[in-house]
Amino acid sequence: MKEFMETIRNFSIIAHIDHGKSTLADRLIQHTGVCNDRNFQDQILDNMDIERERGITIKSQAITLPYRAQDGRDYILNLIDTPGHVDFSYEVSRSLASCEGVLLLIDAAQGVQAQTLANLYLALEHNLEIIPVINKIDLPAADVERVLEQIDAELGLDPDRSLRCSAKEGIGIEAILEAVVERIPPPRGNLEAPLAALIFDAQYDPFRGTVIHCRVMDGAVKNGDTIRFLYNGATYRVEEVGRFLLAREKRSVLSAGEVGYIIAGVKTVADVRTGDTITLDARPCTQPLPGFKEVKPVVFASIYPIASDDYQDLADSLEKYKLNDASFIYEKDSSVALGQGFRCGFLGLLHLDVVQERLEREYDLSIILSVPSVRYRFTLQNGTVIDVDNPSHYPDPVSIAGSEEPYIRAMMMLPERYLGAVMKLCMEKRGVNSTLNYPTPGRAELTYEMPLAEVIYDFYDRFKSVTQGYGSFDYDLIDYRESNLALLDILVNGEKVDALSQIVHRDRARARGVLACDRLKDEIPRQMFKIAIQGAIGGEVISRSTISAFRKDVTAKCYGGDITRKRKLLEKQKKGKKRMKMVGNVSIPQSAFLAVLKSDTD
Amino acid sequence: MPAGLYIHVPFCRTKCDYCGFYSLPGAEREIPRFLNTLRREMSFHRRSFRTFDTVYLGGGTPSVLTPAEIGRILLDVRDSYSIHPGAEITVEMNPADWDEADLRALREAGVNRLNIGVQSLDDGVLSFLGRRHTAEQALRAVWAARRAGFENLGLDLMYRIPGQDRAAWMETLAAAAALPVVHLSCYELTLEPGTPLGRRLGGSFAEPGGESSSADLFLATSRFLAEVGYLHYEVSNFTREASLASRHNTKYWRHVPYLGLGPSAHSFRANQRWWNTRSLPGYLGALEAGRSPVGGTETLSREQMALEALFLSLRTARGLHLEGYRRKYGVDLKKERGPLLAKLEEEGLVDQARGFLRPTRTGLAVADRLALL
Repeated sequence: MKEFMETIRNFSIIAHIDHGKSTLADRLIQHTGVCNDRNFQDQILDNMDIERERGITIKSQAITLPYRAQDGRDYILNLIDTPGHVDFSYEVSRSLASCEGVLLLIDAAQGVQAQTLANLYLALEHNLEIIPVINKIDLPAADVERVLEQIDAELGLDPDRSLRCSAKEGIGIEAILEAVVERIPPPRGNLEAPLAALIFDAQYDPFRGTVIHCRVMDGAVKNGDTIRFLYNGATYRVEEVGRFLLAREKRSVLSAGEVGYIIAGVKTVADVRTGDTITLDARPCTQPLPGFKEVKPVVFASIYPIASDDYQDLADSLEKYKLNDASFIYEKDSSVALGQGFRCGFLGLLHLDVVQERLEREYDLSIILSVPSVRYRFTLQNGTVIDVDNPSHYPDPVSIAGSEEPYIRAMMMLPERYLGAVMKLCMEKRGVNSTLNYPTPGRAELTYEMPLAEVIYDFYDRFKSVTQGYGSFDYDLIDYRESNLALLDILVNGEKVDALSQIVHRDRARARGVLACDRLKDEIPRQMFKIAIQGAIGGEVISRSTISAFRKDVTAKCYGGDITRKRKLLEKQKKGKKRMKMVGNVSIPQSAFLAVLKSDTD
Repeated sequence: MPAGLYIHVPFCRTKCDYCGFYSLPGAEREIPRFLNTLRREMSFHRRSFRTFDTVYLGGGTPSVLTPAEIGRILLDVRDSYSIHPGAEITVEMNPADWDEADLRALREAGVNRLNIGVQSLDDGVLSFLGRRHTAEQALRAVWAARRAGFENLGLDLMYRIPGQDRAAWMETLAAAAALPVVHLSCYELTLEPGTPLGRRLGGSFAEPGGESSSADLFLATSRFLAEVGYLHYEVSNFTREASLASRHNTKYWRHVPYLGLGPSAHSFRANQRWWNTRSLPGYLGALEAGRSPVGGTETLSREQMALEALFLSLRTARGLHLEGYRRKYGVDLKKERGPLLAKLEEEGLVDQARGFLRPTRTGLAVADRLALL
């Protein structure tokens, strides 16, 4: 059995976004011949449309690659894919905890970036063997020498031990597989010990229920075993275990060192916690595997159907969606302006975008999202402390004794020449306690502590824009800090639209109010009458804008031959209008609700 | 209401720079063939249409034909269908085409309404538009028509033409209003893709602000004509008396059946609309081979009928009969759109009288928007 473990290698590819992680994964899969070219769909690990379109990995996945190495022995290489966005860093850490080594992929043209570094730190925390791989060496802009220097100076790794490849062109793939076999240690684990398996992902299968992705650390699990989740003590009877080839492949047992899946009649993925430990009910392990954390959503927004008749459809769709996304939470909510809906929690704005898109695309729903918010904390005069993530639940201002908001630590890497612009941006976003390092001449590593509320919406876009795409960014939540908050309401033609309200820092209230009014002026289409938009705090109007009315909108000629054409145009316009929400007499498009947070980038 | 008959004459001596209608300049040699095939086409629809109380010859340029040819068409119509006594029989003409004697002959052939494509009374504007007549010819045509006995006489005018300022347009309008005519159609220039003017101006021309904006010209036109005694009965149409409104065109706006003959002509009956091929050779070929020249059809759903009824009626001063609409399409606008209707009324875009929801003058200017309510 020890020999069996000797043939296993568990590894991940970690990289900054767009450095070619998915492409490399595809090449490794092709090279090891798990699938032939005919059924090969590009970037096979990213199996959702949205992931493929955006080129980022949202859900992690795993695949087992059988590989005959140059030493003539057959190996089992388990490639565990990791999500590639800051919203999902906990998931990344759980995937890494399932590995013994990583390929740290670096774009030959872009060099080391913030996520490269953040991922490296994560890998180091898990004591993983790190193999630096320079990708895209075929690009005209590739500067391998510079990247080698960065690997030495910034990452503190041995540049002589780094590999070079072009995943796109299929160059250097064999060498990578060989390095995985030679340099990444085989898993260690005690086959005789009680079962301890780390859950790193879970997916919902409509026929089988939840498919738990796990790495067995100690012991073994087989069909018919009764397993127990340490987090909540729930027990399930195992129906099937196996590993991931292109499809699931049933096996009799999963034992220490292996990566695979367990199907055990778990109804929804929400019953499974990523990072939790699975053990055997009959012979449990005493300690949970380290690093378990319950992921809590940090961004909140309400979802409403555009047509109130669709409420039940929305409810059903959320329930289905939730089956496959444990980090998404929701509960009933209602808005005076928008009617019945749901308050939802997300890991970040990317997560929010993904949920919105999937609801619209997969469930064919037209929805409105209210202005996203973070979770604020208020201490009331009577001493109670309440958390508020919904502006509608903002406490009566006279009852507030103190208020706090969540802070993050932002880590940024950028060429020195953009430092001034980035620092200005961070100050504008209420950044404090900055630190600045120069890991190599010309490159700055900057950290700031900033309110999450300032970062959640457009910080990343603006950061990208002021650094012209050369900067990279990552963040961690740190703590709650005292703040001075106010509730900004938006009135459209005198009517308060509660879904547009936001909790803001009092010093920024006026600026936010002006911004919101300007944004709404751009987003709300002209209508047949003038529309007044006002920003107000506690009844005092602090900003306003006006959308002038259409004065002319009529086709000059409408005779026999013109009617069909005109009707088709109106049908199209009507359809567009259906995607807007009527608030009073004003049609407000979906985009308006998210736009109020976006500041002017141009 | 009895049905209307439209006949599309697809010939022009020259093509105007702004025109997107179907016509073939220089194809006049095909006129005899066209007249024969038109006669054949009439026989196709004898079962669906029997009587017409309006006939409208448009185009193209019907005045490319001789009055005798027009007369022959009308005789052919009478062979296949019956024309109601007292029917409105309209022909469109270019001011450069027929003289007084021609117009008399036309009158005798049974035509009782004439619409003259004057467009402007400013020679600079006429040449910009690529018209082949002068302002002088236009005035002469009006007087000739009057002398020939046309009392039901209307003019087509165009405004918001690049290079024409508001004052110049108002001058043309005033001069036209002073003429012995009873009907004016005032069209804002619409740039059609693929026309020489459309290409020349790159498909769009910037909205001039202030008092020369599209809205202001529209409202100024309506106000001026109201002052001199015209009724603004449809977005682009004005009449001296309600009874002299174009009875034929009114059918388009009320879903009354009409039959369209000739290339590109559209027909409508019950919930069906169909249209002939836009190509003259295709049209001629089909009919000569005994085939129908219909190029497309559509069957309107109840919803589509409702939308059309809404937008078409809101183009007319008469407006939409709310109760009739509710009965026919099951949509109770008063109930479903009550607050919005009240708001629109408060804003002066519509009013309600005798059960009709009627666009006001400013409402007509945004009639297409009103239809989205």
